[in-house]
Amino acid sequence: MRRTPLPTLIGLVVAAAFFLTALLAPLIAPYGMSEIVGDVWEPASAAHWLGTDNIGRDLLSRLIFGGRTTIFVALVATAVAFAVGAAFGLFAAVVGGWVDLLLSRFVDLVMSIPSLIFALVVLSVMPVTTPVLIMVIGLLESTRMYRLSRAVAVDLAVMDFVEAARLRGEGLRWVIVREILPNALSPLIAEMGMRFIFVVLFISTLSFLGIGIQPPNADWGGIVKENKDGIVYGIPAALLPAVAIAALAISVNLVADWILERTTSLKGGRNG
Amino acid sequence: MDEMLLEIEDLKIQATSYPPGERPQRITIVDGVSLRLEKGKVIGLIGESGAGKSTIGLSAMGYGRGGVKLVGGSIRLNGQELRRAPSRVLRGVRGSQVTYVAQSAAAGFNPSRKLIEQVIEATLEHGRMSRPEAIERAIDLFRRLDLPDSETFGQRYPHQVSGGQLQRAMTAMALCPKPDLVVFDEPTTALDVTTQLGVLSAIKRAIRDFEVAAIYITHDLAVVAQIADDIMVLRGGEMVEYGTCDQIINNPREQYTRDLVSATNGEDPEIHPEGEPVLTIRNVCARYRGLAEDVVKDINLEVPPGTTLAVVGESGSGKSTLARVITGLLPPHTGEVIFDGSTLSPALKGRSKQDLQELQMIYQMADVAMNPRQTVGTIIGRPLEFYFGHKGKERRLRVIELLDKIELGEEFIDRYPAELSGGQKQRVCIARALAASPKLIICDEVTSALDPLVAKGILKLLRDLQKREGVSYIFITHDIAAVREVADTIAVLYQGELVRYGGKAEVLAPPYDDYTELLLRSVPEMRIGWLEDTLSALEAHLPCQAPEGAAPEMSATD
Repeated sequence: MRRTPLPTLIGLVVAAAFFLTALLAPLIAPYGMSEIVGDVWEPASAAHWLGTDNIGRDLLSRLIFGGRTTIFVALVATAVAFAVGAAFGLFAAVVGGWVDLLLSRFVDLVMSIPSLIFALVVLSVMPVTTPVLIMVIGLLESTRMYRLSRAVAVDLAVMDFVEAARLRGEGLRWVIVREILPNALSPLIAEMGMRFIFVVLFISTLSFLGIGIQPPNADWGGIVKENKDGIVYGIPAALLPAVAIAALAISVNLVADWILERTTSLKGGRNG
Repeated sequence: MDEMLLEIEDLKIQATSYPPGERPQRITIVDGVSLRLEKGKVIGLIGESGAGKSTIGLSAMGYGRGGVKLVGGSIRLNGQELRRAPSRVLRGVRGSQVTYVAQSAAAGFNPSRKLIEQVIEATLEHGRMSRPEAIERAIDLFRRLDLPDSETFGQRYPHQVSGGQLQRAMTAMALCPKPDLVVFDEPTTALDVTTQLGVLSAIKRAIRDFEVAAIYITHDLAVVAQIADDIMVLRGGEMVEYGTCDQIINNPREQYTRDLVSATNGEDPEIHPEGEPVLTIRNVCARYRGLAEDVVKDINLEVPPGTTLAVVGESGSGKSTLARVITGLLPPHTGEVIFDGSTLSPALKGRSKQDLQELQMIYQMADVAMNPRQTVGTIIGRPLEFYFGHKGKERRLRVIELLDKIELGEEFIDRYPAELSGGQKQRVCIARALAASPKLIICDEVTSALDPLVAKGILKLLRDLQKREGVSYIFITHDIAAVREVADTIAVLYQGELVRYGGKAEVLAPPYDDYTELLLRSVPEMRIGWLEDTLSALEAHLPCQAPEGAAPEMSATD
């Protein structure tokens, strides 16, 4: 195999660091998540490396636990988006006809509504718990997964090896899971990387607006919201979670780009 | 009887194999084989590929191919021990007392030297004759082997003669030094049937005339039965049965030999055409949705068991559409398809698993006919599992058996399609179709994406499989040369209509209808000025009616 390019390596290292930190948060974080350990907005010191937040909690610990929440929610939501989107997308492409038509038009309908507005409406009438949040984000993002997987699978479904499987009398399940999915997987995995970033941004936005992760739990968007007033006084506490969001987004992006590049020989563009 | 030319006793041959990632291993490829050959007699060595036939044949010259060692037993030629003989002795024997005719004559000749020089080379080298004598003998041999213009034939270069002629030239080369023993290693396997016939009779006559002894190696029992006095049946490097030709053919003792004999007997094409047709197409009309006109119009065809129906026509003539109708991908709007005595449901969904199993398809583009993410083992193994419930080890063994049938080795089982050549891919597709033990295989332009040599190999494989398995083919093609090779009956389609239908000889003989003539005329010939000749001839006859009896003679292509 060719050497992995440097930007990809950087992306891999940074993303891995984020994921490890999220995984090992209780071990790494110097203080508890909602433990008040000092004054409001203390500057960085040996005891509090990044200072404290608007009510005197250790900002580093808060960022670490917040990252854990953000990454966990984003991962599960992406998995939901992938599972639902790819399943329906491949199904529609293989079955075709009015099933395809119906599903595709429905997805078009959902996509025509800005997803943030859609999520705001849904979350304002539903109790905001983590599972609900994950489902809402996952289902909204699944429309993009659907589009891509259907586009890739439509090309594959007319290939002779799929026809051969059909002539053999194989059922829908085998055709989708064994014949088409393995060949569609590369672009879908790359797209999953992209979707993960969008989900991170999405959940951060929702939390910033106050309808995402609810206090006292933290996530990066929420931390920005809590500390945004400090910016006026020159306190950088709100910028740190923003930097974390950007760093994660960029590092995952670098990796996703690399995966996509390696699979350009396969059909299927990206959208969204 | 006292004069034993060749005595091989308890021969054991080993080879070194280098499995990837492991230490080299010694594997025994021939074990405990003994044979005796008198002067002027022919022994046939027969067996599947890998049976050790060629290895034994070569050992009669004291030779082992790269990595092969003659580790035990003895080989005596005219009383002289060849195993472990010094190479000086072997050099004296090879090319004078024992000569060799290889399977691929095309690869055996030096393309940059005239044939005559190569034919007499070994003779002169060993000082068996003077040059004028050798040339005279070579010309005599050319004449006996039915080579054209025997006086001047030797002046040609290898590329100027046909494959069959080259094979005969190689036989002449082997016979030229007046050897005691000639080893024929599948000399006709690479040839088409009609050429094989000529070469075979020439070889037989030459052996008789010159009273040489011969070892004739082949996998084709029918061929060896024509030529051998004794036959030895080999399997996996061991002797299965050894007896006279008559005994082996008419009264085989071992089960394996019986199988071989019955498989070969089944090949007699005269036996098959009788009996209930495997497939009957009755008044079929079909069109694609949204089209106002039928793509195939009122087609009536039959496929007798064990035969090949070639469906010929240019692109757009409805050949592939017909295949889609038969497979159920495109239900016809009138007419019916009768398969194995019962009417098939027009749509794929209504067909039983058994219908699907017995009707298989091979595609034009082997590349896209196989899932690139499945190994050869999965591709071939899936029908076994799906139709017959073979699992695990049983399935693997069956896959290996099928790989053997398509002349690929066990090592292919874990490869992905991308790791195969074009011809190998098509072979794997054939194996996948065979795995279902079908009664009928539809071959949709299976050779048109392959280069001619590979295509020839595929056609030969299909023919051999038909002989052994008794499967019928519908062979869809636009390639008349391929049709000549495989077809028993031919249907010519033109714009969706059946314009000509009948036995091969009948369809390919004048008088033609306009379209068939055009089709036949369009096969390019290796001749300068062919294009002009053909075009002017076509202008004279087409599009106006071709006058009866005045049809031009068929172009010779093989």
